[in-house]
Amino acid sequence: MAKIQIAMTVNGEAVEALAEPRTLLIHFLREQLNLTGPHIGCDTSHCGACTVDLDGKSMKSCTVFAVQASGAEIRTIEGMAAADGTLHALQEGFREMHGLQCGFCTPGMIVRAYRLLQENPNPTETEIRFGIAGNLCRCTGYQNIVKAIQYAAAKLNGVPLQEAAE
Amino acid sequence: MIPGSFAYHRPSSVQEAVALLADLGTEARALAGGHSLIPMMKLRLAAPDNLVDLAGIKELKSIRADGGDIVIGAMTTQHEVLASDLLTQKIPILRETALQIADPQVRYAGTLGGNVANGDPGNDMPAVMLCLGAAYQVTGKSGERRIAAREFYQGAYFTALEPGEILTAIRIRVPATGHGYGYEKLKRKIGDYATAAAAVVLTMTGGTVASCSIGLTNVAETPLWAEAAANILVGSSLNAATVKRAVAAAEAITAPATDSRGPAIYRTKMAGVMLARALAHARSRAS
Ligand SMILES: Cc1cc2nc3c(=O)[nH]c(=O)nc-3n(C[C@H](O)[C@H](O)[C@H](O)COP(=O)(O)OP(=O)(O)OC[C@H]3O[C@@H](n4cnc5c(N)ncnc54)[C@H](O)[C@@H]3O)c2cc1C
Ligand code: FES
Ligand code: FES
Repeated sequence: MAKIQIAMTVNGEAVEALAEPRTLLIHFLREQLNLTGPHIGCDTSHCGACTVDLDGKSMKSCTVFAVQASGAEIRTIEGMAAADGTLHALQEGFREMHGLQCGFCTPGMIVRAYRLLQENPNPTETEIRFGIAGNLCRCTGYQNIVKAIQYAAAKLNGVPLQEAAE
Repeated sequence: MIPGSFAYHRPSSVQEAVALLADLGTEARALAGGHSLIPMMKLRLAAPDNLVDLAGIKELKSIRADGGDIVIGAMTTQHEVLASDLLTQKIPILRETALQIADPQVRYAGTLGGNVANGDPGNDMPAVMLCLGAAYQVTGKSGERRIAAREFYQGAYFTALEPGEILTAIRIRVPATGHGYGYEKLKRKIGDYATAAAAVVLTMTGGTVASCSIGLTNVAETPLWAEAAANILVGSSLNAATVKRAVAAAEAITAPATDSRGPAIYRTKMAGVMLARALAHARSRAS
């Protein structure tokens, strides 16, 4: 099938590239745009490692065609830190609370948690666990991921978290 | 996994979508949230040569009251169902069900129309639609028609939708004020399809059941409307003996597959357990 021109905004920058209609957004990001932060974990819509923020929604980019995202605003893990390199509160939280071990799930976790905190700036632990139910981690047991998100929520709300990582 | 090649179309009106589907022939498919279709295409279990994306059709995205009915546009996502105050207030079983579908990412993408049009017995909304007595509004090249949800499902992935027709909206009569409801779903883990699930809507007057409707998920090739089971309960106080008879009547119409979710007999029994729980839950909520 002939390639078509696909344009979208990724991490604040207008991008354009040629791709077939069947090109999945994850491949478009990783292979055409060299954004290898979003990972391919399961490739079956389960693990959430490929999660990106698409027009204000957390999306598994292995289950969206790039062409469906034409004209969309996308944010990947590469777009989380400030231009000067200052980490986002979530990235800082994952570092401070040991929210990762191998780190494979982390880009998806952080991008998902970003949208969760946009919608619910003050989530309970239960709401955090329910809110990241589409992201699997094979290493941490989730405990410190939850703490990392609590850390970020507290920091963004201006009340630093007292608890320590486990 | 890379799906087969296809041409992509993005119409901006129902008329345009229907005309495209008619012109492109039987291998063309509508694309809604894509969260059933794209996984199937990646596995090459589906290989449409044309996809008609419904995402650009604004009229398919709305939730509105129309007399005693609520009409939900087919492209309304599960996430939007959860965010709707109107639905939460008037038909709360939809929210209870949507919360048990998949995970947050899937709920941002998956649509109510896709969930009910898909024809997969594992989908949760169809049994709820049978329970509520919903009607599906569909449009094809030869015009519009309305199909009762209770007559829509004919087999696994086999529905009353004719080739080239799209589902535009779901019409639901608002259940009586004070009705009780429950959707109980047994699943192996969060995000899983049901081992078995049951939907109940009932009304009570003076301690007895005035009306009752029951839907069952994933225990046959199609969702099931358990009419006989519900009839047993009408006029009763939901006492243990009557519930037991109704559960047996519901179990009797199931014909689940033995699969990774368990042997058939187990899934039948779990349908009964889910029904008993949904009844108890519905009763506790009825006023
Ligand atoms: C990890 C995962 C877990 C899931 N768990 C559950 C679960 O627990 N319960 C559950 O119910 N679902 C579950 N799903 C499925 C999900 O809810 C789907 O989104 C839904 O089944 C289909 O909706 P869609 O909008 O994505 O439709 P699509 O995938 O776009 O379409 C599905 C089918 O319906 C047809 N179609 C779609 N819209 C229309 C229309 N308006 N008119 C005519 N035909 C149409 C398409 O042509 C296609 O054949 C899960 C999915 C994933 C990936
Ligand atoms: S790679 Fe997309 S959900 Fe696992
Ligand atoms: S840190 Fe290894 S998968 Fe989550």
